[in-house]
Amino acid sequence: MALQPVYTLSQPFCTLQFCTFLLNGYLFGVPVPEVQEVIRYQPITPVPLAPPAVVGMINLRGQIVLAIDLRHRLALEKRCEGELPMNVVVRTPDGAVSLLVDEIGDVIEVDHSTFEAPPETLRGAVRAMILGVHKLDHRLLHLLDTGKACQVPDAGDSPVNDHL
Amino acid sequence: MDEIVKDFLIESGENLDRLDQELVKLESEPSSKELLDSVFRTIHTIKGTCGFLGFTRLEKLTHAGENLLSRLRDGEIGLNAKVTSGLLAMVDGVRQMLAAIQDSGHDGEENYAPLIAALGRLQVEQAVGAMPEADAARVTAGDNSGEIRILPAGEPDCRLGPQESTERPGQIAARGPIAPVVVEPAVSGQQAPESRNPEPGNPESGNSESRNPESGNPESSVETIRVAVTLLDRLMNLVGELVLARNQLLQLSGRSQDAGFQAVAQRMNLIATELQGEVMKTRMQPIGNIWNKFPRTVRDLALSCGKEVRLEMEGQDTELDRTIIEAIKDPLTHLVRNSVDHGVECAAVRRRAGKDAAGLLKLRAFHEGGQVNIEISDDGAGLDVDRIRQKAIERGLIPKPAASNQTSAQASAQASAQVSGMAERDVFNLIFLPGFSTAEKVSNVSGRGVGMDVVKTNVEKIGGTVDIQSTPGRGTSVRVKIPLTLAIIPALIVTCGGERFAIPQVSLSELVRLDAEERETKIELVHGAPVYRLRGRLLPLVYLDRELGIGQGEQEASSPAAINIVVLQAEEQQFGLIVDEITDTEEIVVKPLGKQLKGISAYAGATIMGDGRVALILDVPGLAQKARVIAEGQEFGHDEGRCGAAAQAFREEHALLLAGNGIEGRVAIPLSMVARLEEFPKSVVELAAAQEVMQYRGQIVPLVRLSQIFPSSSEAEMQEPDRSIQVVVYSEGKHTVGLIVDRIIDIVEERAMVESLTPRAGIVGSFVTQRHVTDLLDLPAIVRAAVPGLLDGLDSQAGGI
Repeated sequence: MALQPVYTLSQPFCTLQFCTFLLNGYLFGVPVPEVQEVIRYQPITPVPLAPPAVVGMINLRGQIVLAIDLRHRLALEKRCEGELPMNVVVRTPDGAVSLLVDEIGDVIEVDHSTFEAPPETLRGAVRAMILGVHKLDHRLLHLLDTGKACQVPDAGDSPVNDHL
Repeated sequence: MDEIVKDFLIESGENLDRLDQELVKLESEPSSKELLDSVFRTIHTIKGTCGFLGFTRLEKLTHAGENLLSRLRDGEIGLNAKVTSGLLAMVDGVRQMLAAIQDSGHDGEENYAPLIAALGRLQVEQAVGAMPEADAARVTAGDNSGEIRILPAGEPDCRLGPQESTERPGQIAARGPIAPVVVEPAVSGQQAPESRNPEPGNPESGNSESRNPESGNPESSVETIRVAVTLLDRLMNLVGELVLARNQLLQLSGRSQDAGFQAVAQRMNLIATELQGEVMKTRMQPIGNIWNKFPRTVRDLALSCGKEVRLEMEGQDTELDRTIIEAIKDPLTHLVRNSVDHGVECAAVRRRAGKDAAGLLKLRAFHEGGQVNIEISDDGAGLDVDRIRQKAIERGLIPKPAASNQTSAQASAQASAQVSGMAERDVFNLIFLPGFSTAEKVSNVSGRGVGMDVVKTNVEKIGGTVDIQSTPGRGTSVRVKIPLTLAIIPALIVTCGGERFAIPQVSLSELVRLDAEERETKIELVHGAPVYRLRGRLLPLVYLDRELGIGQGEQEASSPAAINIVVLQAEEQQFGLIVDEITDTEEIVVKPLGKQLKGISAYAGATIMGDGRVALILDVPGLAQKARVIAEGQEFGHDEGRCGAAAQAFREEHALLLAGNGIEGRVAIPLSMVARLEEFPKSVVELAAAQEVMQYRGQIVPLVRLSQIFPSSSEAEMQEPDRSIQVVVYSEGKHTVGLIVDRIIDIVEERAMVESLTPRAGIVGSFVTQRHVTDLLDLPAIVRAAVPGLLDGLDSQAGGI
């Protein structure tokens, strides 16, 4: 598989920094430069009629930011009642978007050589959002394509057409 | 580019704009020494500076202009339309060169030799010696080549030649009471006494000087500085943030016991409010800034159309946020051009109609209820209702009815019936439909059928409305209503389904609260659609929770709490929005929604509330559309739109014939449409070509049975051996049709508030009379549907409603 955009900017075989978080037990990572900040749970104002992945809006120091549930985007089961998600605020061309995750992990450095494309058995819309995995010592680090993850299907007044 | 060249460009640009106005004004007041001096001074300044900066071509052109002006000033030649045109052409030339300097740094390749030569010729041609002032006035007055005059109306007419003032007594009389403002933004000192600011709370003191840094003598410019617009925008954003922080602070202080903290919060509140007001003011610009170019536009346009148009402006110092000023610039220009091109007739036509040869175009701006009203009115021929109707049908702007089994003849017949059934005002609104134009020929000004729809869209984009009024032979008036500013708006905060929503106050009409016991009885259903009788008129109700899909059905049934109805105005239609609670009104800062949510028409944006939480701002027109209260896309194509339009006609008092259909059904027919009421024995009904007919006054009259068009469940019971039939005779042109109804009930004089809740062909809408819900019949449509082809070709006479 061809190299993904994350890597084209950097030299091969150099180390990369990822901001990591947990989703349903899986370890995910987003390149540090794409992350604006990581914050605790914030009160969310729901947006009725919005696509199901859009949980609502949060007030980020006067800036209104859309909150997208990564569990929903990645077709994982719903978060248990009472479990408060954390916000990973990422920069996108259309402004900041908050990705709701279960838990925040460390910032880790990985070597490019440990990268591998997702297996063919990973199918469907989710595959488009997972660039691949880094083989860490004890577990796998999923690389998230934040751009695709934030591309919630258009919320027209027509029936929502979610590709998940 | 050099700083000095940049300054020169900015300054000259402003000077040229002023020159345009002054020259046009000078044309109407050729004797005004002051104006001439000012014009001369401006040209001289430009000439001097460009000589200094080394723009020789530009210098040559301005020099030629200056020469001509100096002859004028010395009284060697008189000013007429030709000279003015020459000078205006020079201004345009200078403008082009300035643009070239802006782009490339030097004054272009063109040397404007023909123009300079023309200016030279004008000096010689016109050199007929010092012309007496009265003569000069006569030249302007007698010249029908379409000059326009901008008359400062507050002044006495001493400036007019004697002939002119006797020629136009009507004009002077008309000018007196309205007291429009002198079109002279350049000399603000003179403007002040005549300008009327309808809003007393808005002091104009001091502002007029600072607004026109170039005005009057150059010394006054010490008081003002130039600030980049982006800086002001940034300031505005910051103030928006501050207002939000203030709101949060106030909420905190409300809970706090600390008196010191509360005092600080109060002070902070006051300062923030004042700051907000002041920063808003920095972005406010007088509407005169965009009107300034209209004298020139109107003059040129009138010349090219061969018309005479007089422009009056009132309320130039009415202020608007600059983003809004920008947004309405093009729509206003379009409306002005339209008025000159279509509205005002040619001088000959006007004289024949007994009107002053010069048409009057009036611009008026004033504040009203937190909004700015701009009126563009002319005293021209007015809109031709019949022609608009005709065009709308021709161009297929009134779409064919949806029913697929109808022939096209039927369909178009129905369509025309629907148009003919429209109120005048709704017919006027047809011109806002895309692709509409009644212009006989496409001129280079207008008539391409684009424009009015763009005007409407642009104005609506900034939360404004456009309204047209017209009287045949008397003129047309377009009123544009727009909000003062877009950034911070007053809003009503409501809660629904546990969430808060903000409703912009602009759309808010009133609030109605129904007690728990009232809610059962006061909310009625029209075939499942909830309505409330608001002062005798049916108000369609929309449940916000249901519209947004956040309803909790079981809770609603279990707790018969009071009901809050927020009465909202979406376009012409009022509707009631049912919410859980009405909280407060608050100034909110509008923030745009992200791209992902742009598609949801129910929201206009979001805001941050005092407690730091985000709340959605409801988009009232969008919500109304979603709830199908108003027709989608604001087209008359939809049944609701059409019926709604027709229903408008019945807001006035009408005599209505009430008839029975079946046992329960009641219908109403406007008495004005009823030719006669007849009772016949059943035997008169005969058949001709499978159509029921009767012989009536020497004619064969087709019969239409109401019970067949609107079958009632109890029809069988009505088939009792009644010996007679009741016939409502309806005539349209030469044709007569009989409508057989089950019984005649009454004739009522009713201010019928017709609501079109469930659109059905042949029914305009429903209303309540004598405590019965009654359907108002669309008789022309029914007849056309039942007797196809009969009434074709009579569209223009189909009126009546």
